[in-house]
Amino acid sequence: MDTVFAGLSQGFAVALNPINFFYVIIGCFSGTLIGALPGIGPINGVAILLPIAYSAGLPPESALILLAGIYYGAEYGGRVSSILLNVPGDAGAVFTTLDGNPMAKKGEAGRALSLSAVASFIGGTISVILMTLFGPLLASVAIHFNPSDYVALMVFAFTCLASLVGKNPIKTLLAAVMGLMIASIGIDANTGVARFTFGIPDILAGIDFLVIVIGLFGMGELITLVEHQVTGKLAVLPVGKSFVSWKDLMVTKWVILRCSLLGFFIGVLPGTGASVASAVAYGTEKRIAGKSGESFGTGDIRGLAAPEAANNGSAGGAMVPMLTLGIPGSGTTAILLGALLLFNVTPGPLMFVQRPEIAWGLIASMYIGNIALLIINLPLVGFFARLLTIPQKYLTPLIAVLAFIGVYSVVSNPFDLYMIIGLGVFGWLLRKLGFSLAPVILGVVLGNLFEDNLRRALSISGGDWMILIESGRSIAIYVLTALILFVPPLVSSLRRRAATNAATSEA
Amino acid sequence: MKLNRFAATALLCTSLIAGSAFAATIDKPECVAPAKPGGGFDLTCRIAQTGLKDQLQELMQVTFMPGGIGAVAINMFNTTRTDDPNAIVAFSSGSLLNIATGKYGEWTENDVRWLATAGADFGAVVVRNDSKFKTLAELMDAFKQGESTVVVGAGGSVGSQDWMKAALLIKSIEKDPKKMRYVAYDGGGDAITGLLGGSIEVYFGDVGEMVSHLGTGTMRVLAVMSPDRLPAPFAEIPTTKELGYDAEWTIMRGYYMGKNVSDDAYNAWVEKFKAAYATEEFAKIQKEKGLLPLNMAGKEFDDDVKKRVDRMRGIAKEAGLIQ
Repeated sequence: MDTVFAGLSQGFAVALNPINFFYVIIGCFSGTLIGALPGIGPINGVAILLPIAYSAGLPPESALILLAGIYYGAEYGGRVSSILLNVPGDAGAVFTTLDGNPMAKKGEAGRALSLSAVASFIGGTISVILMTLFGPLLASVAIHFNPSDYVALMVFAFTCLASLVGKNPIKTLLAAVMGLMIASIGIDANTGVARFTFGIPDILAGIDFLVIVIGLFGMGELITLVEHQVTGKLAVLPVGKSFVSWKDLMVTKWVILRCSLLGFFIGVLPGTGASVASAVAYGTEKRIAGKSGESFGTGDIRGLAAPEAANNGSAGGAMVPMLTLGIPGSGTTAILLGALLLFNVTPGPLMFVQRPEIAWGLIASMYIGNIALLIINLPLVGFFARLLTIPQKYLTPLIAVLAFIGVYSVVSNPFDLYMIIGLGVFGWLLRKLGFSLAPVILGVVLGNLFEDNLRRALSISGGDWMILIESGRSIAIYVLTALILFVPPLVSSLRRRAATNAATSEA
Repeated sequence: MKLNRFAATALLCTSLIAGSAFAATIDKPECVAPAKPGGGFDLTCRIAQTGLKDQLQELMQVTFMPGGIGAVAINMFNTTRTDDPNAIVAFSSGSLLNIATGKYGEWTENDVRWLATAGADFGAVVVRNDSKFKTLAELMDAFKQGESTVVVGAGGSVGSQDWMKAALLIKSIEKDPKKMRYVAYDGGGDAITGLLGGSIEVYFGDVGEMVSHLGTGTMRVLAVMSPDRLPAPFAEIPTTKELGYDAEWTIMRGYYMGKNVSDDAYNAWVEKFKAAYATEEFAKIQKEKGLLPLNMAGKEFDDDVKKRVDRMRGIAKEAGLIQ
């Protein structure tokens, strides 16, 4: 523990150095903007700025502090367009649209933006604290998380999906199946056979998750807007001067705490990142809320706080295996890892000994960065909210252009631009038919991980299904799954009975 | 628009004043990495970007064109950008294997102009430090008991070059690669996690990615799949060949151009690469990026690639990947 505090104080000395402090602020600020633009997320932000930072001759610790600032800053910023425009700012912000946008539609844009900023701040800060204290320990647990444990985790996640079943279970299930089908497109890793590609080379490696998110959600939303405009149904959004209240924070405090922890742990696991974290967080919270969770999806503050705390928690978590083991936990950390190697710094346990100024400097900068992000974001709430006063006829094409540029900057393939339009029309049709899009996205995110890990587990065991319940971790997760499945309904029915008992005894 | 024309004129003037040593000048050089940022193709393009910095008037742009394991890029350079004189595309021996196994559809090794190499990397047989396999011979003995006695894994699908490394090794003792217990991970990072976590016993990786793990004492390289011993820090590690197993896997990284690029433009690039190869700077960049020198450009390289694809077709057929 002493070494942790000694390291941390050395880190703060590095991070509070005026130049580095400046880079923290710049990184966080530009990260927020990058995250807020639809389509452009942390991965392209970091990838674009890495060569610039390198050729500008920044020392490695400054460059890393800057790039990491962009990374977690973008997780903050992703919520802005999710809430205001119903267009996810990046892949991890899909679930923020579900309750964030209905709040904006009710004129509570300011409240939604400020609450989610606080949730993001807590998620981010908790994950940095956990990383500081238990980083190496957690990383060694995370690498022992084997394919069958991932299968258990996915079963848990799918159980949460069950909580999204709204008024129409059949449509929810159909939507999830569509997601699973989209997930199976591309070359199958276990046999090398191309599935559902119909001879189109552009989808041999599957459809990029960003393309699905921007297409189904973003373009689908824009088409809906245009339709409303044409039919004259477009309501002018009220922009109130609402702000997060102390009461809101009290209502959501446990949600934020739980989801920060959940997001952090999912982030630590290699292969699962912000999108899985926010999806699982949203589903779990809806389950836990029980009967009162029916307001999820209509502008419930708990449904907004959950995914935001989780996706920022996961950004910190993903840093753990990168820093302590030299293994990237997500796409963006893979680029940060590349940045370390570019500067001739070997990531892993030795980095804390050989280059403590980089390792601890980065960690310390994340404490400062999270506070800076909160300070940057809260005053900007009013400014962002005023975006809604831009007339729709200007706003819609502007978002469309930004989304196209954003996607093209990641995929550089015109085919995917057509695909966004196609998926947009598909998403719009689904909405017209009363389908919810969230299960589709969950199917895509979880389907891939579920299939890959199930087949990995079975390749390891040589086809023996018992491998799935061999480890204590898997069994623990299955127990948790059973709890989340049965306890909330039980509790609410007990409560109801108690209430009726009370009512009868009073009478 | 005006600015562009001005820039173009200015550039033309500079290149005239500088005395055009080559018939064709390279304008707005671009390296296309047919993948998302951060992977091996990104690295290949960064080598061209920094390695050719002194040879080109402008800094080379790196653009990304992911999709279809590189098929999207080869498609593009066979349909719309077939004669683009300013763009080069990164490839690796994995792309050549895809050509050999027909994954790129109608496009073959004769549909692009192979330009130059970035360097080479080699397959590595890796185990955890506390593994029961102390030598390659012990591992191979286990395989002799039965192909499925050992759980192996790598970062690519069945039929990818990562799988090929394992398949070649098993074939070298007359065993059937299809009976392997092969676990396909999504990239080398995940596979290393699987190895350290004990899900798999042997990881078939690349020498280059092992550089950062060598000093940590977490993993051991049983053998490298290079034709000869490698320089330090790998000098102590035996090759598969010297241990008596005929399984070699060179990962070549390099660049190609469109099929209809003029000889002038192609040769201008070849000259730039040859000039860069002669500098110490280029060798330093290769080393920094975990690659070993393998410098070839122009006709010589084009011939070599075609020979390689041919050989891979043979291996793929033997391994049962194609009919």
